[in-house]
Amino acid sequence: MRLDKLGVVIALIAGYAVAAAPFATFRANRIVAGEPQTLLAALPSWAGPTLLAVIAAAVLVGLFRTPSTLRLAASFAALAALLLLIGTAADHLTPPGNTYARVSPASGFWLLLFAFALLAADALTRLRPTPPLRILVLVLAGAFLGFVLFTGSWDRLSILKEYSARADSFWAEASKHVTLALGSLAAAVIVGIPLGVLCHRVQKLRAAVLNVLNIVQTIPSIALFGILIAPLGWIAAHVPGAADIGIKGIGMAPAFVALFLYSLLPVVANTVVGLAGVPVQANDAARGVGMTERQRLFRVEFPLAFPVILTGVRIVLVQNIGLATIAALIGGGGFGVFVFQGIGQTAMDLVLLGAVPTVLLAFAAAIILDAAVELSSPFHARTSA
Amino acid sequence: MIEIENITKRYGAATVVNDVSLVVQPRTITVIVGTSGSGKTTLMRMINRLVEPTAGVIRLDGEDNRTLPGYELRRRIGYAIQGHGLFPHRTVAQNIAVVPELLGWDKARTDARVSELLSLFQLDPETFGPRYPHELSGGQQQRIGVARALAAEPNVLLMDEPFGALDPVIRSKAQEDLLAIQKRFGTTIILVTHDMEEAIHLGHKIAVMDGGNLLQYATPAEILANPATDFVATLVGTGDRPFRFLSLSPAGDAVEPGTAEGEAIPASATQRDALAELLWSGRPALPVVNEAGKAIGRVTVDGLVKRASRPAA
Ligand SMILES: Nc1ncnc2c1ncn2[C@@H]1O[C@H](COP(=O)(O)OP(=O)(O)OP(=O)(O)O)[C@@H](O)[C@H]1O
Ligand SMILES: [Mg+2]
Repeated sequence: MRLDKLGVVIALIAGYAVAAAPFATFRANRIVAGEPQTLLAALPSWAGPTLLAVIAAAVLVGLFRTPSTLRLAASFAALAALLLLIGTAADHLTPPGNTYARVSPASGFWLLLFAFALLAADALTRLRPTPPLRILVLVLAGAFLGFVLFTGSWDRLSILKEYSARADSFWAEASKHVTLALGSLAAAVIVGIPLGVLCHRVQKLRAAVLNVLNIVQTIPSIALFGILIAPLGWIAAHVPGAADIGIKGIGMAPAFVALFLYSLLPVVANTVVGLAGVPVQANDAARGVGMTERQRLFRVEFPLAFPVILTGVRIVLVQNIGLATIAALIGGGGFGVFVFQGIGQTAMDLVLLGAVPTVLLAFAAAIILDAAVELSSPFHARTSA
Repeated sequence: MIEIENITKRYGAATVVNDVSLVVQPRTITVIVGTSGSGKTTLMRMINRLVEPTAGVIRLDGEDNRTLPGYELRRRIGYAIQGHGLFPHRTVAQNIAVVPELLGWDKARTDARVSELLSLFQLDPETFGPRYPHELSGGQQQRIGVARALAAEPNVLLMDEPFGALDPVIRSKAQEDLLAIQKRFGTTIILVTHDMEEAIHLGHKIAVMDGGNLLQYATPAEILANPATDFVATLVGTGDRPFRFLSLSPAGDAVEPGTAEGEAIPASATQRDALAELLWSGRPALPVVNEAGKAIGRVTVDGLVKRASRPAA
């Protein structure tokens, strides 16, 4: 049997992770330095060899040229075993009755997770699942995560201890994060698409608008927050009612405005590109059959440009979910609050409490919108059918 | 009736259509011929105001075409665009239904019309209705383009090189279909082509354009007999291949009932000789006699010209 190139890489990563990297870290309390634990030491005697066996099997499947479905099954099995057993490791390492001790996943765990996620992603790509199937896989993965959390298997992991200590604020920040990301996206779509249409119709405007938005895009976020403090502060002080709806020099308002400004370029640019890509003949036919300008825009130009515009929306959404973390710097809330608090307290688990949900959200958003982009252009996709 | 009066179109300094006047009779086919860039498309698009003329007037049934808003005018005039111009994101049925929808027809009537048109073009509505344009052959796409133009039963149909992309066999089939449809609905058709053969075969009248000028506007027979300029003569020359067919068949095969004045021609003479005699003497018809010298009917310029362009018919 012939070797698979990616399989070799995965085998090397997994081999290093098992042999040389710690699987979990044990700390007597939240702040002290940790003691790294190997995979076999971190797990009870039944679990360690089991996990090793699953990992070895998955590595072997990956190493040789095997059918994609088998590779997918093997990688999912390995991922599931890893995710379930890291909770077992926490139970195993934490002395009974000790509430100060902290157990967190260590580099070996993360490397293994990365290696098998890579194998899973590769197998999925080779299988070319249809968009609904991809969404289904995402939902199943979400359900698995929810199941693990709900059954309490991870309750003794440090990240969940951080969570339980601030469960209320976690959900408040989560909703702020999502509000910031989605709200600024919605605003960018409402403003950006008409602006894009205008740029498409008025040649002279196009270069000017796109240049300005390009420049905005290059301003570092911290600098943009700084630039926004003065005008927003002025508005709060001078426009009646502005302060009442939460407009201030710091806080959520400047974060929202900054994200909105960053979002405009992809939305406007993709709208312009999408409209420019509408076949001249389709536009000509639209006029020829007697559509008004508005009918042509909504019945011909938008539907044909939609996949490209949606690609812009996807870029913005993923970008905003990540960028919204920065809002915490100026008191705008969001998952960034935990990240920056964690950095301040050198508590890595608190950083993770902010970072992991952010990454998962961005990942889910990317998958859902990619599927939507593909579904929105049936008249292209059908060629192979 | 379509009256085009002193129509001019300039783009900057370039005059693309120069002071063209012509009248198209109702229920006839007028073919505009000319080389590439001679202004055929531009002239046609001024009729449904996709292009606004720089000067001149166009009247449809006596009414200035600027009376209605452009989009309403265009809903009443069928337009089969150069290259089919179907909407790629709409199915075949939806493409055909576009104008009825814009006019607010109810769904039942629209659906019935779509099926009727698909059947008319020998495309099974069940099979082809739900397809997307890219799932059709080039010839099928062009037929759908014409079907879409006909959907709202327009009195006037503008067709810009509708058979351009078709191979010769499908092309002559499509031409026959068009003639049948025109007879059936009595549509007034203006058709653009740069193929003189096609013009002679389809047109009741032919408008020859060159460099934005209308060189000659006449029946096919007149254009063949008396080309107005050398350019028209050259253009007609490009259409002379079919006339060779005339030299292969005897005049007896082209006999029509009726009588004619003047010297008779024997039934065994070629049709080409008969046509040459007609054109040379300037008469519209010649009597034909058999070997016994007995009159068996007559041949006409129009009849021979039609045979020339369609030898099999
Ligand atoms: N919008 C425009 N702006 C400037 N010039 C134009 C425009 N539209 C057409 N023209 C010019 O007008 C001339 C006639 O164009 P038109 O499309 O009417 O030609 P045509 O006879 O239909 O040619 P073809 O057989 O190639 O379709 C061409 O020289 C063309 O370049
Ligand atoms: Mg043309």
